[in-house]
Amino acid sequence: MSDLRDLYQAVIFDHNRSPRNYGELASANRRAEGFNPLCGDHVVVLLQMSDDGVVEDVRFEGRGCAISTASASIMTETVKGLTVKQADQYFDAFHRLALGEDPGDDLELAKLEALSGVREYPSRVKCATLAWHTVRSALHDTGDTATTE
Amino acid sequence: MNQAQATPDATLCPLDVESVRKDFPALHQKVNGRPLVYLDSGASSQKPEQVIDAVQAYERRDHANVHRGVHTLSQRATDAFEGAREKVRSFVNARSVREIVFTRGTTEAINLVAQSYGRSRLASSDEVLVTEMEHHANIVPWQLLCGQTGATLKVVPFDDNGELIMARFKELLSSQTRIVALTHVSNTLGTVNPVHQIIRMAHEAGAVVLIDGAQAVPHSAIDLMALDCDFYAFSGHKLYGPTGIGVLYGREALLDAMPPWQGGGDMIKSVRFSGSTYNDLPYKFEAGTPHIAGAIGLGEAVDYVSKLGMDRIAAHVHKLLDYATAQTERVSGMRVFGNAPGKAGILSFELQGIHAHDLGTILDHEGVAIRTGHHCAMPVMEHYAVPATARATFALYNTRAEIDSLFAAIDKAREIFHT
Repeated sequence: MSDLRDLYQAVIFDHNRSPRNYGELASANRRAEGFNPLCGDHVVVLLQMSDDGVVEDVRFEGRGCAISTASASIMTETVKGLTVKQADQYFDAFHRLALGEDPGDDLELAKLEALSGVREYPSRVKCATLAWHTVRSALHDTGDTATTE
Repeated sequence: MNQAQATPDATLCPLDVESVRKDFPALHQKVNGRPLVYLDSGASSQKPEQVIDAVQAYERRDHANVHRGVHTLSQRATDAFEGAREKVRSFVNARSVREIVFTRGTTEAINLVAQSYGRSRLASSDEVLVTEMEHHANIVPWQLLCGQTGATLKVVPFDDNGELIMARFKELLSSQTRIVALTHVSNTLGTVNPVHQIIRMAHEAGAVVLIDGAQAVPHSAIDLMALDCDFYAFSGHKLYGPTGIGVLYGREALLDAMPPWQGGGDMIKSVRFSGSTYNDLPYKFEAGTPHIAGAIGLGEAVDYVSKLGMDRIAAHVHKLLDYATAQTERVSGMRVFGNAPGKAGILSFELQGIHAHDLGTILDHEGVAIRTGHHCAMPVMEHYAVPATARATFALYNTRAEIDSLFAAIDKAREIFHT
């Protein structure tokens, strides 16, 4: 049996209680919404992109479980300062991490590792990946509501 | 008195839960190393051996298509299928088996009424009245119907206690109201609605009434003749029967006048390219080969709960709910949604600082199965401005010790979350 503490690490509680980059972003020029229709979790990601495609600033809003809130918070810390291409690489690596696959060793994933416990909880993988699906929609300006379906 | 509001009767011989539990094989297992505590029967209940055996016996020996062959197996299958219909009729006290239509479940039954009754009769000046506490299955079919006919959907709100605001119902009910559709028992709040009064008032206003009985049928005895509603829908899998089978009760005169919903085999008398004639009730609404095994399983489930006695089941569940409700008071930061007097065995709650999904995962770790999320009742979540709630539902096989396990697991969650 897996230990609950592998899922609920101290880092998760820290980000759940004090989410980073939470709130509005007046200077945002990209916005995407994420929605998990199964559980009703909802997240909005706001990006301020530079002309040469770098994430200059990022915020998120919404309500969700500890896993989805912490994941959104860590996501914002991760993508700030990245190019779209780099952020996409992090999306792929995080996705593999959440599914229990090898994320590769090209990227610095230390913070994201805190969420790797979801691999033991298939019903919770979507909680962890919602914010990442949403930021990808915002980065590529698809105009769709991102879902984890 | 409201018939679903079965007050526990102290003179009843109480249910022998330990012996009942022996009938349910799924209850006797460990989940994550802990004995399973199944408190999610409101979503779907477990099945007794009797139901599992009846379905198996049919599949192993009696299976053939119904209403078709002259051979022995077809006759056996037809007898068992129609026997189940009679058991259901007797269980809910309908006048005739012609009023008992087998469907895939409550959802399909409501869609059938919306599309067959509603679509053939409603016009743009008409209104459909639902309540704020409905399951999505009793909202979306009416939204679709209103989209198709131009009719307007009106919503009766409930108060923070979880009770319908009857003054608003009276205001919203008018000569334009053609259909009143509401739940007998709220799947989220446990509220038992005053359906007798609502049905009477709706009839006086000239509207027909559909009752969503998905949660009410397992909760207490239903007497459709006394209730006098026009349509009543429920599911087998919340009544200890199989999934994929449910029932639409419809007043015979209404069903008779309604056009078929789906076309196909079994629902016709004759088919010619110049035109077809439709079968008698209830077959007119049962196109295609039905879920024969499901109906037989449902018939067996009806026998099972009837033998135990719906009044004894209701009394048992009420005691469990009282016991659980008393425990909620000692948990700081616990907010219960739905406090209507005489409510059914449904406990929806949230814990301050712990999202329902996190709670669900931690409880599962302790072997305790509850429902978390919006319970297919997003407007109820909106009413209380919460994204999700946790919901424990109590059934005939649950025990006080299991409620102790629930609250021990809640304490564990609070410890993990340091709340």
